[in-house]
Amino acid sequence: MPYATHSDAERSAMLDAVGVSDPDELFDIPESVRFDGEYGIEGRSERATRAAVEGILDESPDLTEFLGGGHYDHYVPSVVDHLSLRSEFLTSYTQYQPEITQGFLQALFEFQSLVVELTGLGVANCSMYDRATALGEAALLADRVRQSSGETVLVPESLPDRVRSVLDNYTDGPDIGVDTYPTSGGTVDVDALAARVDDDVSLVYAATPNARGVLEPDLGAVGDLAADHDALFCVGSDAVALSVLEPPESYGADVVVGDAGVLGLPTTYGMGLGLFACREEFLRQVPGRLVGASEDGAGNRAYTLTLQTREQHIRRERATSNICTNQAWLALRAAIHAAWLGPDGLVELAEECVTGIEETCERIDALDGFTAPVYDGHHFREALVDCAEPASDVIDRCREAGIALRTVEDGGEERLAVCVTDTNREQVDALLDALAPETEVPAV
Amino acid sequence: MSQERRERSDDSGEATDPPHQQTRWYAGGQYEPLLSEKRSKSVGVESSLPDDLTRDELELPALAEPEVSRHYTRLSQMNFGIESGTIPLGSCTMKYNPKFTEDVAAHRGNRVHPHRADADKQGVLHLLYDLQETLATIGGMDAVTLQPPAGAAGEFTGIQVAKAYHDANGDDRSEVIVPESAHGTNFASASMAGYDVVELPSNEDGRVEVDALEAAVNDDTALLMLTNPNTLGLFERSIEEIAEIVHDAGGLLYYDGANLNSLLGKARPGDMGFDIMHFNLHKTFATPHGGGGPGQGPIGVGEALASFLPTPQVRETDEGYETYEPDHTIGRVHEFVGNWLVLVKAYAYILRHGDEGLETVSETAVLNANYLASRIEYEVPYGPFHHEFVASADADAGDVAKSMLDHGVHPPTTKWPEIVDEALMTEPTETESKRRLDDLAAAFNAVTGMAEDDLAETPRTTTARRIDQASAARNPRLSWHALDE
Repeated sequence: MPYATHSDAERSAMLDAVGVSDPDELFDIPESVRFDGEYGIEGRSERATRAAVEGILDESPDLTEFLGGGHYDHYVPSVVDHLSLRSEFLTSYTQYQPEITQGFLQALFEFQSLVVELTGLGVANCSMYDRATALGEAALLADRVRQSSGETVLVPESLPDRVRSVLDNYTDGPDIGVDTYPTSGGTVDVDALAARVDDDVSLVYAATPNARGVLEPDLGAVGDLAADHDALFCVGSDAVALSVLEPPESYGADVVVGDAGVLGLPTTYGMGLGLFACREEFLRQVPGRLVGASEDGAGNRAYTLTLQTREQHIRRERATSNICTNQAWLALRAAIHAAWLGPDGLVELAEECVTGIEETCERIDALDGFTAPVYDGHHFREALVDCAEPASDVIDRCREAGIALRTVEDGGEERLAVCVTDTNREQVDALLDALAPETEVPAV
Repeated sequence: MSQERRERSDDSGEATDPPHQQTRWYAGGQYEPLLSEKRSKSVGVESSLPDDLTRDELELPALAEPEVSRHYTRLSQMNFGIESGTIPLGSCTMKYNPKFTEDVAAHRGNRVHPHRADADKQGVLHLLYDLQETLATIGGMDAVTLQPPAGAAGEFTGIQVAKAYHDANGDDRSEVIVPESAHGTNFASASMAGYDVVELPSNEDGRVEVDALEAAVNDDTALLMLTNPNTLGLFERSIEEIAEIVHDAGGLLYYDGANLNSLLGKARPGDMGFDIMHFNLHKTFATPHGGGGPGQGPIGVGEALASFLPTPQVRETDEGYETYEPDHTIGRVHEFVGNWLVLVKAYAYILRHGDEGLETVSETAVLNANYLASRIEYEVPYGPFHHEFVASADADAGDVAKSMLDHGVHPPTTKWPEIVDEALMTEPTETESKRRLDDLAAAFNAVTGMAEDDLAETPRTTTARRIDQASAARNPRLSWHALDE
């Protein structure tokens, strides 16, 4: 075993010290439940292991992806890998001893500060699992702080099934109901929502950009409806979009959830970094870890995990969440990426997410047999596209050309969904070629 | 393009120099200011979007790459990882992580979008399938889901699966039994799933009191959650009897995998009668904890529960690998498959070790724990131990921990489990050498008998002195925005 470092002599000395002749004697396991079989795994060298695993990973073809749907690829600068992979960060544990983990604590404090700046809300935690579980936690938070009133969470009918499914699991225990409200023209149908929301509602959720890639035009009205019924207003967004969008706090958001992994995290088969911020009055009900500034014995500023009495290792079944291991290292990566971009770079990246999809839609719309975008409104990164032929045929044709696209079920129709970011913008020509091979690709 | 469409008010923000006048905070180096204290900038946001959708300004640090790089390098120097020294935190299994797994994780085949069609992500599905089958074998389980993104998420998933199973049998059960020595996450996960938690006391030798269990179990018992060996490092020798009692009452038995590192090649939860278990891949199979995560908490179940697992699952067909939805699935607990890279690293770790290597992992972890226990001058109640033990400090365990910091080691877990006075819960893992274990024992022993006043003055040599955690909670300042107030 290559990572245990005892020599034979040392091992013998240790066995002598504990008074056995073989380590197996230390296993206090009844014979009847001893495992005498084999797993059937043959150990191999490091080189052979790498070859084996990389050989399997190579079975996925190289494709140019225009896939979004809640998971977005942005260029991650090299500095993120180089710094986050420093082993003092990578191989450390939860900061239970703050005197020797000031570095990570400060980085998490800075991540929280970034999220506070982006959302406008007073409190941000550092590192939930992903946007779907963050929404689940928001529903549980609403249930705790609105105990006297509502027990229903309202979400738009366009909420992706897989997010809804996570939410359903989270709300199952406290018996919170989840119900949908309609959208029209690709955005929240405010009138229909007004007709639906009542005093039984504890939380109203709306995302911007939403599941159709459209920026919601009037979230203030949604917030007002929530407030009128003493429900929390939860906004879903992501760290890049929030760099240019109005801070959700300014139009009445009580909670913001979403994805912070758009910074620092490549498209890694759906790994996530949940974003979670809320109003300061809910501080003691916040799920997950919080880092606070304090002082050390010499009177200097220092950082520490704080308000731990909310957490499962202290409050057990009365904890605000069961989160223990979380996404701390990914929060570090997001913070480094944001620091590298700075405010100018963040705004520039967000602008690319607006102009990239806008231009791509214009060009797709110019192709025979395609309409883009399906919905009016300002888009961010992605849009739905209608096509004259069956969407699945288009998908297959694109696949032949090495391009991955997906469809979305929308209003009873299968529509194409196209996602453009800084990492695939230069391949839009190839996308247009694949969509309409007979047509000359219109220029920008 | 976007640059031309927008003007920036570059100079609206104040570019200030770092507050060098600050006292030096940290031994061995100078204080590292917050990024916001180095150079912040407020940019006016003028985008191609209409004004009513956009913010007026964004104020954040604005530094060139060299300064960003220096900042985080400095922060890393103010942080302690397993390669800085031993981290013998009980139940956390902080072992050395093989370096090559990071290179495997950097392979381009990992950068696959989760919305690809099955045919376009065969590499991902192949690895998921192999890993789920391998974990099923290691756990003695019939089916495994890899979806939960952490151990506690695995607990929650397992409890949801159990609930769906009971529901399907028309069986409405409201209680989950958890031993008092269990991980706090067990209580929290059961409560989150809507169950009442029934706490089970330990008996005189630190194990489950079978009579008390018999008294606690009834028609409302959905689940008993147990880790074996338990958090005192003790194997629950009556496990078969325990399983029988729970099963006879119609309940299910849940295995908390936090302590699986001591059973590889020796015993399997499935063989002991457990119906559901979670694996902590970041512990047992050595993927870095990264300052608190990401982790990954797959769960394994027996055949009767397989159809309730989260969707999607992966199966092998003649044409390759495909995803499918189990018949009675509970749905999803994460949008995709949790932390994919942790799965890759764990898989690589398992292949590298093989049967023999994995068994050696457990043997060495257990030998190391017992050796260390024999070397420290503290009372260590109960026994014999598996991969961790709980010593009882002769002073406040929190103070003892702070003093140990001055000896260059990370202290053990303190004040838990509560059944041992001033508990120091210690798990050295298999990757510590005899030399390091002797150092660790010396660090423990150096603290014994220290005067209370001296203890209270520690640590003296760390980057920060003793931190006032009470005032941090009384006066929460959680972002740089709050520091000016």
